[in-house]
Amino acid sequence: MSKQYFLSLMAVFCLSLVFCLSLASCREDDVVFEPETVPVDKPESPSAHTSVRGFYLLNEGNMGSNKSTLDYYDCETGEYLRNIFAAANPSVPKELGDVGNDVRIYGGKLYAVINCSNKVEVMDRYTARRLGQIDIPNCRYIRFHEGYAYVSSYAGPVELNPSYEQLGYVAKVDTATFQVLDRCLVGFQPDELEIVGNTIYVANSGGYMFPNYESTVSVIDVPSFTETRRIEVARNLHRLRADKRGNLWVSSRGDYYAQPSRLYRIDLETETLADSLDIAVSNFFLDGDSLYLYSVEWSYVSMSNEITYGIVDVARREIITRNFITDGTERLIRIPYGIMVHPRTKDIYITDARNYVSPGTLYCFDKAGKQKWNVRTGDIPAHFAFLED
Amino acid sequence: MFFVRTFCAGLLLASPVVSFAQSKLDSLQHLEEVTVVANRYLEVIPSQKLSGEKLEALGSFSVADAIRYFSGVQIKDYGGIGGLKTVDIRSMGTNHMGVFYDGVQLGNAQNGQIDLGKFSLDNIEEISLYNGQKSEIFQPAKDFGSAGTIYLRTRRPQFADGKPANLKAAFRAGSFDLANPSVLWEQKIGENLSSSFSAEYIYSSGKYPFRYRKVFQDGTVAWDTTAVRKNGDIHSLRLEGGLHGFSDDGKWNAKAYFYDSEKGIPGAIVNNVWKRSQRQWDRNFFLQGSFQKRLSGELEALANLKYANDWMRYLNPDTTLMYIDNTFRQQELYASFVGKYSILPRWDVSLSADYQWNILDASLQDFVYPRRNTALTAAATAFEWKRLKVQASLLATFVFEDVTRIQHGAGDAQPGRQSGKADDKREYTPAAFLSWQPFGEAKYLSPLRLRAFYKQIFRMPTFNDLYYTDVGNIALRPEYTTQYNLGFQYAGDWNRGLIARLDVQADAYYNEVTDKIIAAPKGNGQYRWMMMNLGYVEIRGIDVSARIDWALPYGVRLHTSLNYTFQKAQDFSDPSDNDPRAGTWGGLIAYIPRHNGSAVASLRWRAWDMNYSFIYVGERWHNSSNIRENYEQPWYTHDLTMGKTFRFMKLKGKISAEVNNVLNQYYDVVLNYPMPGRNYKLILKIEI
Repeated sequence: MSKQYFLSLMAVFCLSLVFCLSLASCREDDVVFEPETVPVDKPESPSAHTSVRGFYLLNEGNMGSNKSTLDYYDCETGEYLRNIFAAANPSVPKELGDVGNDVRIYGGKLYAVINCSNKVEVMDRYTARRLGQIDIPNCRYIRFHEGYAYVSSYAGPVELNPSYEQLGYVAKVDTATFQVLDRCLVGFQPDELEIVGNTIYVANSGGYMFPNYESTVSVIDVPSFTETRRIEVARNLHRLRADKRGNLWVSSRGDYYAQPSRLYRIDLETETLADSLDIAVSNFFLDGDSLYLYSVEWSYVSMSNEITYGIVDVARREIITRNFITDGTERLIRIPYGIMVHPRTKDIYITDARNYVSPGTLYCFDKAGKQKWNVRTGDIPAHFAFLED
Repeated sequence: MFFVRTFCAGLLLASPVVSFAQSKLDSLQHLEEVTVVANRYLEVIPSQKLSGEKLEALGSFSVADAIRYFSGVQIKDYGGIGGLKTVDIRSMGTNHMGVFYDGVQLGNAQNGQIDLGKFSLDNIEEISLYNGQKSEIFQPAKDFGSAGTIYLRTRRPQFADGKPANLKAAFRAGSFDLANPSVLWEQKIGENLSSSFSAEYIYSSGKYPFRYRKVFQDGTVAWDTTAVRKNGDIHSLRLEGGLHGFSDDGKWNAKAYFYDSEKGIPGAIVNNVWKRSQRQWDRNFFLQGSFQKRLSGELEALANLKYANDWMRYLNPDTTLMYIDNTFRQQELYASFVGKYSILPRWDVSLSADYQWNILDASLQDFVYPRRNTALTAAATAFEWKRLKVQASLLATFVFEDVTRIQHGAGDAQPGRQSGKADDKREYTPAAFLSWQPFGEAKYLSPLRLRAFYKQIFRMPTFNDLYYTDVGNIALRPEYTTQYNLGFQYAGDWNRGLIARLDVQADAYYNEVTDKIIAAPKGNGQYRWMMMNLGYVEIRGIDVSARIDWALPYGVRLHTSLNYTFQKAQDFSDPSDNDPRAGTWGGLIAYIPRHNGSAVASLRWRAWDMNYSFIYVGERWHNSSNIRENYEQPWYTHDLTMGKTFRFMKLKGKISAEVNNVLNQYYDVVLNYPMPGRNYKLILKIEI
């Protein structure tokens, strides 16, 4: 066999390789996403200008997708900026992270709690440029008090005991150094927290303990940073918000079986459960004396989610409406997931998480409950933070 | 392109070594094993096969790796030796794929997923893939019961004259700290009876470097991170024993299979989390037997029997997350009886009856311990009339389930929970296959065959779909697929010019998946889901494949094959989500590319062989909303294998080396699950 022959065969081999390569040369570098700017509303007239510049919207992204993204709505221009974090922080590997769970502004900083990335991302409040991160495993919600951030976390101390059940904690964080200074153990899987005076109230869920959910609110004394007592409320607590009349409004998820979700009122004077309102609550937003809420309840009768958009008057402690959307838009919303009310215009913002894996939608309603506009968001749009002057 | 040039030069440099080696081996040319398969029914149904040396030449490690070379197939691969690998045929979903091991279906009543990464190619002789069903009517009812079917056939003992036993041993080692010894022992017991035993152990640390990077519009690097994949280790042991018997008018076999593994689940790579600690243990055991006999000139019978016991433990020891330690045990009993009767020499009918029993036990809160009884009956016929061949079948499936629910407190009056069990199911599903040879004995055109098929089939909701605590939904209906296929095949000896044999096939198809079972958001609270029959998918596609055996001078043999699939698999589940740019309605479903294909070239010359294979998967989106955030880059890998057989005393051996992903492409098949870059393997096989 001649050497030329073998060589030519090899050449054919190589040629086919080159051919395949040229055919397939379409893999490209992944490019950092620039924000997409979508005009959604008329620019604000100077007379209508309020101290509210706009708001951030944190999209959770489904677990494991690393698709938590940050959007921004500019009230002055009426433009919606989708996915701003990557362009503001192009050198951060794997961007914002996995499952955003809370977003807040305190002082000059914007804090995004990224649950499955075990961190709180700290950014500049105007530019969303990264300033640093606070490492807290399984972090859930954040609130602030006198220069400190308080973050609830499902992750208790790690112990090598298979039957060990981990208590959650509240972390005390220095907002200047981003260091965790102290931890205060609370109940199992604590969710929202609210700070009134020198007291932190924490809603314990016990979400990992099914069917033995937690049913208490932990009370933490800020100066000593210790849990002083528990207030018995109902199973699987989620959110709490203090009004200016000395009440703490607490929502429960219920146990998904016999006990439904409900809204409870704690009298802060006596720190006891005062009463409850017969309305389910998935999420709420307190504006003055109006508690705007929605609820999603699964019904095995209709085999569908039953959704309510309600307003509770916290002064009179009664339900004013069970559907504040007045133009039929509620029929378009699949799974409401976030709610906020503009403090001046009283516009109502509701997000729709659709099927949890596709992009969601942000709806804006005027105070009469009529849709003004809607815009596509990231996956699972959920949490808001107003940017004020 | 620089790399390509240097790479070619490398190949050319290698050639003098080859020609030097030839002189020593002239007298030791080994005998090629040639298997001739008698094609009594020429296949009516589109099928693809990999067997013998073509399969071996690919250098694939697992069954899943080899199946990638078939057209119309998508693999979901989570990366590494131990990573989950599942197959999806023509985009209908992995649960519609039936996988048969030596003629009996591998089951997983819990989640319907068969991890093809578990099956090594070490003792597999042939892999065949059928769209619709196998081109055969003399088969159990279950063989009619999937939208697409993969048959894995293990080696059947064959003994050279006067040889009482075959002994083979192999050792593979390479990247990811792979160590993989295996042995095969085949013993002739009598004239018509033989046994086989095979054992294999796999260890891999699963460590490999991966890289993610992003650039600015102008191409400068924004960030670039390289890390090592962790917690992807695996230890696994497979033991298999079988008896094979023959008689003048029949054959039988019995086999026992045992698989035991422990592995890490490497998990998704997300911001700030680069390592996970979840683990999984599997223990699978089954016993199966098959008995086939010709009772008279017209009547043949086949009986199959199986018992399977599968145990799985999942542990999440990461206490920053929810601590989970769950075990699952599934058992399956299966019996089948088939009879085939020849009414006329060219007209057969068959009737089969199968019964299957499944039970699942799990250490889950409020678990309902489901039991499922499935009875299947299939009636089928095949006939030939002139140049027309027809097969048709009707499958009746009856499913009855039973559960045990634990009562919480007083009575059943709990609005937040389903009670009872899934309704009994009675489903009747037809299939019809047609093949026509239009040109008879006409020169050149006689090997041309046109074919068409229609098939309707369903998959049952799995135990997880129906009963998983909080997520399951007993109201689920079966998920249906309907397939229409039209195609041709031109296959035959060519013997003109350099081409010895040619096989060209093309099929166009339209599939619908209706009542697709998907997870839908449920009620109040995060990440609560409910399984619902909400999905509807339409799939339009074309599969093309061309295989050529080349007859080259000087005894050089070259085999090339090309496969290409075009698909448009669209999600039409939610008409309200119809934004033309971002809506899911009409969008391409998750992970199904428009274009994918493969090319293989295997060269053999005397004791040497060399294989080059290329796989291409085009751009995809990981969600039916086909926007930039959901975009997945195309990926393609080039694999090279070089081997040489040798003889030493009475030993016959082969040593080969593989370089996979030669261009070191870093890619994800599944979002945030990085795949290995360039990796190597060295394989030594010895035979007595």
